[in-house]
Amino acid sequence: MIQFILRRLGVMALTMLCLSLVVFMFVNLEPNLRKLAIFQTEMRATDADLENWLQRNGYRDNFFLRYGRWIGVVPKQPVVNPETGEAMPRFRFCDEPTVPTYSGVLQGDFGCSTAFRTTVGDRLPAALKATGLLMFWVMLVMVPVSLLVGVLAGMREGTRLDRTLSVGSIATTATPEYVSGILFTAIFASWLGWLNGSAATALTRGISFWNFTLPVMTMAIYGIGYIARMTRASMAEVMTAQYIRTARLKGLNFRSVVIKHALRNALIAPFTVIMLQFPWLLTGVVVVESIFNYKGFGWLLVQAASNNDIDLVLACGLISVIVVLATQLISDIGYAFLNPRIRVS
Amino acid sequence: METVGIFGIVFGILLRFWPVWICLGLITALSIVFQSRLGLFGRLFNTGVGTTGVLLCAFWLFTAIFATWIAPFDPRVQIVVMKNAVPGAIEPETGIVFLLGGDHLARDVFSRIIYGAQIVLTIAPAATMIALLVGIALGLPSGYFGGKTDNVLSFLANLVLAFPVILLFYLLVTPGIMDTPIPYTMAGVLFLIPIIFFLVLFYTRFKERSEKLIPYVAITLVVGFWIYFGLVFDLDPLGIISIEPNELNIFVAVVFASSPGVFRIVRGLVMDIQTRDYVAAAQTRGETPWYIMLWEILPNARGPLIVDACLRIGYTTILLGTLGFFGLGMGPESPDWGTLIKDGSQVAQLRLYYWQGVSAAVALMSLVLGLNLLADSLREESLRD
Repeated sequence: MIQFILRRLGVMALTMLCLSLVVFMFVNLEPNLRKLAIFQTEMRATDADLENWLQRNGYRDNFFLRYGRWIGVVPKQPVVNPETGEAMPRFRFCDEPTVPTYSGVLQGDFGCSTAFRTTVGDRLPAALKATGLLMFWVMLVMVPVSLLVGVLAGMREGTRLDRTLSVGSIATTATPEYVSGILFTAIFASWLGWLNGSAATALTRGISFWNFTLPVMTMAIYGIGYIARMTRASMAEVMTAQYIRTARLKGLNFRSVVIKHALRNALIAPFTVIMLQFPWLLTGVVVVESIFNYKGFGWLLVQAASNNDIDLVLACGLISVIVVLATQLISDIGYAFLNPRIRVS
Repeated sequence: METVGIFGIVFGILLRFWPVWICLGLITALSIVFQSRLGLFGRLFNTGVGTTGVLLCAFWLFTAIFATWIAPFDPRVQIVVMKNAVPGAIEPETGIVFLLGGDHLARDVFSRIIYGAQIVLTIAPAATMIALLVGIALGLPSGYFGGKTDNVLSFLANLVLAFPVILLFYLLVTPGIMDTPIPYTMAGVLFLIPIIFFLVLFYTRFKERSEKLIPYVAITLVVGFWIYFGLVFDLDPLGIISIEPNELNIFVAVVFASSPGVFRIVRGLVMDIQTRDYVAAAQTRGETPWYIMLWEILPNARGPLIVDACLRIGYTTILLGTLGFFGLGMGPESPDWGTLIKDGSQVAQLRLYYWQGVSAAVALMSLVLGLNLLADSLREESLRD
C-alpha cells in the first residue's frame, strides 16, 4: 500500500512538472510577452524599447533557466538599472530580491501579478477561501440529492419512478452551468425577484439565502445528473446480486433490505465518481463565478488568463492541477479501502 | 412598437420551421413503416425516450441544413429601430416579425439562433469524429500491446485529462496564438492520424489482394489529403473546403481536449475484448497485431463507441458553448450559441431583455438533451442484444 502511494506520488510530481512546463511555455509565447511589454511600458514605446524592456527584465534569458527560477532551483537575479547600477524591481508594486536568491514556488514565492498590481501570494489565499466556501455548499446540496435520486431510481429498476428520475437526470446533464445560470437568473431574479442575480455581496456582507442560492443551485444541477446516473447503475447492479435475493427470501421487508444490505455496497462506485467530478467542478466554478460576479478562484483564473498575467496563470494552473491529481489519488485509495475485493499492489 | 402577441409568436415560429416539419414527418413515417428492417435505428422508436432523442437531434440537423430558408434575416445585419425589441415586434419597413425580439446590436435573435445551429452542427460532429479516430488509433495499440507503449500513451492522456479544460482553452485559443505555428502544428499532427488510420485499416485487410488494395488506398490518399490541405493549410485547390483560422484553432483545441477521453474508453474496451476466443483464434492463425486490432477487436467494440460518440457530440456542443461564453476563438459578431448566451448574460441584458440569452440557452439545452436521450436509448438497446 505504502509503495503504491509512493509510486502514485512520483507520477503526480512528474505530471505536475510536465504540465507547469507546458503552461510556462504557453504564457511565454512571443505574442504574449509583447502584450506584457506593451502593457508595462509607455503607450508609444517602439519595438526597440519593448525589446529592451524584455531584455532588461530577464524575459530573454534561456527558457529552462527562467523556468528553474520560477520553480526555485535556480537563483533569481536582481534586475539592474543600467543608469544608476542599482537593483530595481521589475514592477513597482512588488518587492524583488536585490541579491541573487532562490525564490520560487518551492520557497513559497509565487511571483508578481501584473493585472492586480500586487503579489500573487496576496490574492490567491482569499480567492481560494471564497471558492472553498462555495464548493462546500455545492457539495452539501449535490451529494445527498444525487445519491437519493440515484438510490430511489436504481432500487426498483424499470418502474415509472425510475424512468422519471432517469430522464430528469439526463436533462440536468444536458444543462451546462452557463445555461442553467441564465435560466435561473431570468426566472428567480429578473422575473420573480426572489433571489439576487449576483453573489458579489456574499464576500462583503456574508453569505445569505438570497445571494448564495443561485450560484450553488446552478453548480449543483450539472453534477447531480451524472452522479445520480452512476448511483443508479451501481444500485441496480447490487439489487440483482445473490445476497439481496437471500435477504429477501429470508423474509426481510424491502425497506431493510435496501437500507441494511444494498446501500453500503451500492455507494462504493459513486464515491469514486464524486471524487472524479472535481476537474469538472473546476470548470463550473469558473463559469458560475463569472456569471454571478463572485470573486473566487475561478474569477481570478479568468482575470489572469485574459490579462496574460504570467505568474498568476502559472499559480492558478498549478493549483488546479494539484486539486485534480489529489482527488484522483484519494479516490483510488478510498476505493481500495471501501471495496475489500480490490487489493492494491 | 407593434407586436403580434403570444399566439402570433408561437404560430410564427411553427410556420417558419416548415421545411423541418416536412422532413421530420417523412423520417418518422419511413422509420415506422420500415421499422423491422432498420435494425438498431428502428428499435429506437419503441420507447418514448428514443423517439424524443431522434426527433430532437433530427430537428436541429434539418434546421441547420435549411437555415437559409428558415431564418428571415441575415444573422449579422443590424436594423437600428429594433434594438432590444421585445419578442413579436414587427419590423416597420418590411413588416416581418422579430419572432424572438432583437438583441443589443439590433439583430434578429431568431435568425441568429437558426444560423448558430449551422455553426454548432458543423464543428461539433466533425471535431468529435476526428477525436474519435485519434482516440481509437492511439487506444488500440495501448490496450493491445500494454507495457511501455501503454505507459507512455496513458501518461500523455492523463496529462491532458488532468488539465482543467477552461485553462487549456484560455492558453490554446487566444488571438495571439495564431501568430505562432502551434495551432497549425497541432492540426497537422492530429489530422494526419485519421489518414494513417484508414491506410493501415485497408492495408491490413487487403494486403494480399492488390486489385482491391490499390483503389482503397488511392481514395484514402486523395480524399484524406484533399481535406487535410484544405483544413490545415487552407490550400484546397477546388476551394470547397476552407476554414477560418480562428475556427481551425477552436477545432484543434476541441479535438485535443476530447481525444484522451476516447483513448481511455478504447483502451479499456480492448483490454476486455482481448481475452475473447476469437482474438486467440486470430492470433493462432498468425494474423498481424494490427489486423487483429482493426478487424477483430474494433468491430466488436462498436456498440459502446457509438454510444460514446453520441454523448461526446453533446459534450463538444457544451465545450463550444463554453468557448463562446468566454469570448474565446469565435468572432464577436459570430452567431454561435455560446456568444449569444454571453451577450445575453450581461447584467443589464439579463434583467431587462432576458429573452436574448434565454432563447439561445434553451436551444443549446434541447440539442444536448436530444443527443443524451439518443445515447441513453442506444445503450439500452445495445444491452438488450
